[in-house]
Amino acid sequence: MATTTLERTNTDSLIGRRIPKLDAPDKASGRTRYLHDINIPGQLHAKILRSSQVHARIVSIDVEAARRVPGVHAVITAADVPWQRPIGVTKDHLPLKSDIVRSRRDEIAAVAADTVEAADEALRLIRVTYEPLPVVATSAEALAPGAPLLHGEDLRAPGRGGALEVVHPASKDNVAMVHEYRQGDVAQGERDSAVVVEDVFWLHYVTHCCMGVSGVIAEFDPSGNLLLYSNTQVPFLHKREFAELLGIDPGRIRIIQPPIGGGFGSKLDIYPFEPIAIFLAKLTRRPVKLVFSREEEFIASPTRQPVLLKLRSGCDSAGRLTFRSVETLHDNGAYTSWGATTPFVMMQTISSLYRVPHCHYRTRAVYTNNPYAGSFRGYGNLQATFAVEAHMDKLADALGMDPLEFRLQNAQDPGETTPQGMHFRSCGFKDCLRTAAERSDYRAKRRANLAHWNDGNPIKRGIGIASMLHVGGGAKMYPSDGCGTIIKLDDFAKVTLITGASEIGQGSETVLAQLTCEELGLPIDAVTVVNNDTAITPWDVGVHASRTTFIGGNSAIGAARKAKRKILEAAAPTAGLAADELDLHGGSIVVKATGERVQDLGKFLRSLHFAEKADLVMTTYYYEPPSVHLDRQYRGDVSAAYSWATQVAEVEVDTETGVVRLLKITAAHDVGRVLNRLGIEGQIEGGIVMGQGYALTEDLLVEGGVIKNPNFRDYKLITAPEVPDVDVSFIETFDGEGPQGAKGVGEAPAICIAAAVANAIYNATGTRIYALPFTPEKVYRALRGKSTAPTWPESAA
Amino acid sequence: MSAMLEIEFRLNGVVQRTAVAADMSALEMLRDVLGLTGTKYGCGEGECGACTITVDGRTVNSCLMFAVDCNGREVQTIEGLSATPLGERLNHSLVAHGAVQCGFCTPGFMMQAQQVLAEHPHASREEIQRGLEGNLCRCTGYRKIIDAVEAVAHPTASAE
Repeated sequence: MATTTLERTNTDSLIGRRIPKLDAPDKASGRTRYLHDINIPGQLHAKILRSSQVHARIVSIDVEAARRVPGVHAVITAADVPWQRPIGVTKDHLPLKSDIVRSRRDEIAAVAADTVEAADEALRLIRVTYEPLPVVATSAEALAPGAPLLHGEDLRAPGRGGALEVVHPASKDNVAMVHEYRQGDVAQGERDSAVVVEDVFWLHYVTHCCMGVSGVIAEFDPSGNLLLYSNTQVPFLHKREFAELLGIDPGRIRIIQPPIGGGFGSKLDIYPFEPIAIFLAKLTRRPVKLVFSREEEFIASPTRQPVLLKLRSGCDSAGRLTFRSVETLHDNGAYTSWGATTPFVMMQTISSLYRVPHCHYRTRAVYTNNPYAGSFRGYGNLQATFAVEAHMDKLADALGMDPLEFRLQNAQDPGETTPQGMHFRSCGFKDCLRTAAERSDYRAKRRANLAHWNDGNPIKRGIGIASMLHVGGGAKMYPSDGCGTIIKLDDFAKVTLITGASEIGQGSETVLAQLTCEELGLPIDAVTVVNNDTAITPWDVGVHASRTTFIGGNSAIGAARKAKRKILEAAAPTAGLAADELDLHGGSIVVKATGERVQDLGKFLRSLHFAEKADLVMTTYYYEPPSVHLDRQYRGDVSAAYSWATQVAEVEVDTETGVVRLLKITAAHDVGRVLNRLGIEGQIEGGIVMGQGYALTEDLLVEGGVIKNPNFRDYKLITAPEVPDVDVSFIETFDGEGPQGAKGVGEAPAICIAAAVANAIYNATGTRIYALPFTPEKVYRALRGKSTAPTWPESAA
Repeated sequence: MSAMLEIEFRLNGVVQRTAVAADMSALEMLRDVLGLTGTKYGCGEGECGACTITVDGRTVNSCLMFAVDCNGREVQTIEGLSATPLGERLNHSLVAHGAVQCGFCTPGFMMQAQQVLAEHPHASREEIQRGLEGNLCRCTGYRKIIDAVEAVAHPTASAE
């Protein structure tokens, strides 16, 4: 590659190099033991009986025949666990349902048996009779007058004291959650506008499709302490939640995370299968393993939040944005998980990606009988960006302005604090815009494509641009957004890095090792990372919000610097120099000014250890980012840094078949600084292709509450032949708070692909499509004026 | 409970004799009876490629093959491939190219890459893409996997 020489000019530093993932050789050779590969002696296998109805009253459950199956240790229903407590973001969800089922995924009974086969046989013998209830299939139906209420009665369960209490009050209007934000005066913005556009967008159901299906192993010791092997992305939060669920001290719960076969946000919440496995382990006093089938994974793991979004935007005649007004209906599904809180991210894009003086944003998350939505890479930002970037093109068009110029004119600059309170200490947005546009030849291609609209050739080319803003320095949603690190050096200058930060395949283990070795002047293979056991690792809020490199990285650097200071202070007397005149480099203590070697580090550590005043080098550090919580008006600088990106999509549209091919993505990402070039390229390429699936092929078909395509044959992930050419530029803004200047990047690359593709299809054909995904059928119909654009329901007026 | 059948076959070069249920898949036998967990369950219906093995030198989805049909055949899993020179080259190349993230699909890609290279020792990029079409990966976006296999197919061209 052309950049190789450049990268190697500074061979002393590990920063910016291509460092292979430390866990990759084991993974590629099949040696890595995922949760699915772990079997505990004496373990039972659990299976869950789910509702066959979308919405129904349970009249009776007969488990007698199931209990008689040889090898079956337990068959449980809600009646067997009267002490069960609710889970979920608003505690509206009991793991085992006793009276009402509200979706096809609902858990009614569970079996623990010696073998999976015996458990399956027992499931088949459980008889449930239902009394059907009317189905609420859309958020519009849920808001209609007289709509059936999904949570119309108080949910009672044992509270903290153990007595029965209302844990979730009745909802009398099917509205699970409301989020509303205002800045300025939208009416004034409207008066200041020369152009106003309004559209309704539909952002569809997709799901994570982690290659490793969900699973858990639960085991109690004789004292009642719980050990969980879990794929969770938030071990310390879940430790506490499971303790509340069981009414025990959190100190009695230990969570081990075996290597995880993909996360992408799907493992941020507790789902019923986890408490159910715990119940079975508690009742049988045996380790219980529960692993999903792929069909179950489609049906019973979360979706991305589907959103109906109405956007009204304006600008003045000079091309300055005047206002934005947004109303959304979030289809919450039957229970409330993190999907309902995606407005926290969506309103940031609405208010602060571009400078907008007046904003109004309102979301109602509405109960339906559909699958329930969780968090998914990007967390609402794909949905918000899709709408905002469509309007950026439409407003520019209405003014006859170049879309790139229009964006540059309204783009944020470094140093700005937005009305929502986000402070952009580093901001490479305009560089992202210019770089992506120049490298893709956006302006010239866009104009050239327009000239082909009516040339008779059925194959059209299009180019589209879209940008994104996302938290890049954590997101303070919990009381602490921090991460702890423990570092120990052994007698041979080998480092054990014990971090709270979870590895889910994204490469945090490697980048944290790299940052540690950079401080200690050691090669990358001098470090062992321990990162998956709450009994060992210090607290971390979890792997989400693109935060791990930033937060875990600063924490690792903090612990490494303390270790370094201790070493240099101890070495100073013998060296006859002050500690700050010394440095660590190449496995040795050296003179900082000259690089002259003073002593081998391992030898020095042994001399420290085996001296009369024996000592070891062991340090700890807790990093808490300098961010704040959102206030009640949704204002506040929630992240210590913000990441930016522009992506340009080039497509080919076959107007005779409706097939859209994604040819190329030219991306420019403000990542603060590149730490591990190999890792960051992997995150970006993977995110782009996930965005491509969201834009073009992935569609979880939910009809009347039933998922019609719970398999990889009918739910189409992108495959190897379909991937676009990719040109990625890194805009290095060296964030002052970031570890070595870096900012978070994990979610960013998936966020604006669909928006850029939509703009590219418009550039190719003159047709704008307001609903995702851009399947051949949808595009074919739209090109012939036969598609119905999404509309705002009367019931939501 | 279905009847148990005794079968004998060669697994990664070693003769194996084992009893399996008539309705057991080759994937279940490898993982649950023989303890070779490098072969992964991803979908159980031949759509994702995570369970790819070779039988008599051809890749198959082990989730779709009955264990009894291994009788008398030559079976190779990721554990066997990893112990070969080609397996080591592929492993090093995937690692060096950053083609592994969560890694759950990677053993299946390794097996399928071996097949692609057996059919096309100097496979073009397009042949590699087509050859890997049946394997799903959710993390990498495939490019680095394709790069890694291409580097093995064309060792001199890609040397840095």
